[in-house]
Amino acid sequence: MTALVDLPSAPTAAVQSPRPRRARPSAPVLAASAVLVLLVLVAAFPGLFTGVSPTATNPVDALTAPSGAHWLGTDELGRDEYARIIYGARPSLLIGLSATVLAVAGGALLGLAAALGGRLGDSILMRLVDVLLALPQLMLALLVITVLGPGTVNTAVAVAIGLIPGYARIVRAEAQVVRRSGYVEAAVGLGLRRRTVIARHILPNALGPLLVVATVGFGAAIITASGLSFLGLGAQPPSPEWGAMLSDGRNYLAVGWWLGVFPGAAITLSVVSINLVGRHLQARFTRRTA
Amino acid sequence: MTRGRSIATAAARRLLAAVAVLFGAATLAFAALELIPGDPVETLLGPATTASPAVRRQIAVEYGFNRPVLVQYLDFIGRLLRGDLGQSYQLERPVSSLITGQLGPTAQLAGAAIVLAVLAALFSAVATAGRRPALRAAAIAGELLAVSIPTYWSGILLLTAFSFQLRIFPVAGDQGLAALVLPAVTLALPVAGVLGQVLREGLEAALAEPFVVTARARGLSQTAVRLRHALRHAAVPLLTLTGWLTGTLFGGAVLVETVFGRPGIGTLTLQAVSSKDMPLVTGIVLLSAAVFVAISMLLDLLYLAIDPRLRTS
Repeated sequence: MTALVDLPSAPTAAVQSPRPRRARPSAPVLAASAVLVLLVLVAAFPGLFTGVSPTATNPVDALTAPSGAHWLGTDELGRDEYARIIYGARPSLLIGLSATVLAVAGGALLGLAAALGGRLGDSILMRLVDVLLALPQLMLALLVITVLGPGTVNTAVAVAIGLIPGYARIVRAEAQVVRRSGYVEAAVGLGLRRRTVIARHILPNALGPLLVVATVGFGAAIITASGLSFLGLGAQPPSPEWGAMLSDGRNYLAVGWWLGVFPGAAITLSVVSINLVGRHLQARFTRRTA
Repeated sequence: MTRGRSIATAAARRLLAAVAVLFGAATLAFAALELIPGDPVETLLGPATTASPAVRRQIAVEYGFNRPVLVQYLDFIGRLLRGDLGQSYQLERPVSSLITGQLGPTAQLAGAAIVLAVLAALFSAVATAGRRPALRAAAIAGELLAVSIPTYWSGILLLTAFSFQLRIFPVAGDQGLAALVLPAVTLALPVAGVLGQVLREGLEAALAEPFVVTARARGLSQTAVRLRHALRHAAVPLLTLTGWLTGTLFGGAVLVETVFGRPGIGTLTLQAVSSKDMPLVTGIVLLSAAVFVAISMLLDLLYLAIDPRLRTS
């Protein structure tokens, strides 16, 4: 019994046009890297970028358009939109990052177990992955949220569970190639323990391709995580999480266009930068088998 | 005769795999239901309730919560086989009628989005694969943007521009074609981005094949070679991806329907998730698994139509 559809395990892997293996980063990739460094700084030290509190309300200044006093305007409670976006970087990026890390760990574990756990284990795990892949990622995440309830931690777990089946497949395929390689045979021949061979030789080599895929997956995880917050299931309103801010601003589109524009621009800027860098890494490190 | 038999065997195996996936999805949904912490009667009644213990007991008996898990599971599977998805906790109507009632608007939205996305991808890839460098670079940048923009933002931008500022399209609802335009474009954007990228890659690979030179030597124009010869080679990955992405539109619809205030499966899903209406969530999960399975079986037939090599092996 084969998988139902030949899912593209890494949909973007085929996207790059062939280029020399050691391609220099192009200008857009360099710019994207700079944006990512800036985003990390903003998320780590928001206080360096604004002296205004993201939660300080000021009813007199409610819903004012962008100006010298409020660069990106104010929301319906008079909170400074720029300060909120700056302070929102940490929750917005952190949920996506935790989800990606969880998904890589879970995918690696499942994939390795399937590749090395014997035929029965393999077919049980891969049938489970088939079932999970039959559900859209967001649908799976919503099912998890229904069980666990809303909240930031649960959102990260939900997004991770949505990503795990695809990642498990990648690791399994890689581990199956690696376990038949000469160096693994040599390590076994030298009398190394099974545990050592898996940890030192199979895991590091099977994980590489997944890490490259996960870079692009990080962008998708941010979109899904902020989407759950937008639906009111992730970070809750007082938090300046970008998806939650958009959900809030959606009610004031007729009187405050800026509330619908800037938080989304922040998400998109982050995801575009991550995708550019991720694809550069992919073009550089993906083994071209075809 | 042996060939006929092998096709029949392949079809039977395929069907069996499809049934296995649906059965797995049903089991998964049941397991999720059991994993919800707390008393299902509590979930059913909601947070603000003054129901007496006697009423609670009666509800538990009515829904069968007091029976052993295995009996509940077999009962659940048995009812599924008869097409009974159960009762919604909150709306107190059969899940199947709730779903069929909301399927129309979502099917319209998803159908329009997929058609738009495929057309946009075809147009951009045929026009720019391996030629017109400036336009090609612009198309690539556009596709990167399309896959990176969250639909809940692009939807808000389109609403702000075309509904609130220019007042061309209605702000919400599902009345008529005008109300379908912005949601369909929003849902189509990321799909068009991915398809455009993959199709251009496929076309560029096909255009490097020797048969392209032969076709050009016969006097066909650049575009005719692309449409008649190269496109068929690039079509299989495009089809696989289109089918897979169509399945994911159920997820995308949750966000897009929320942004545009449209009724549909997405809105129903959000309502079910927010109120922990497990039978309804289960029904929707099974529906999306069934759609995925149906699409992948349809794809297998379409591959045979596109690629003659698959028919002989």
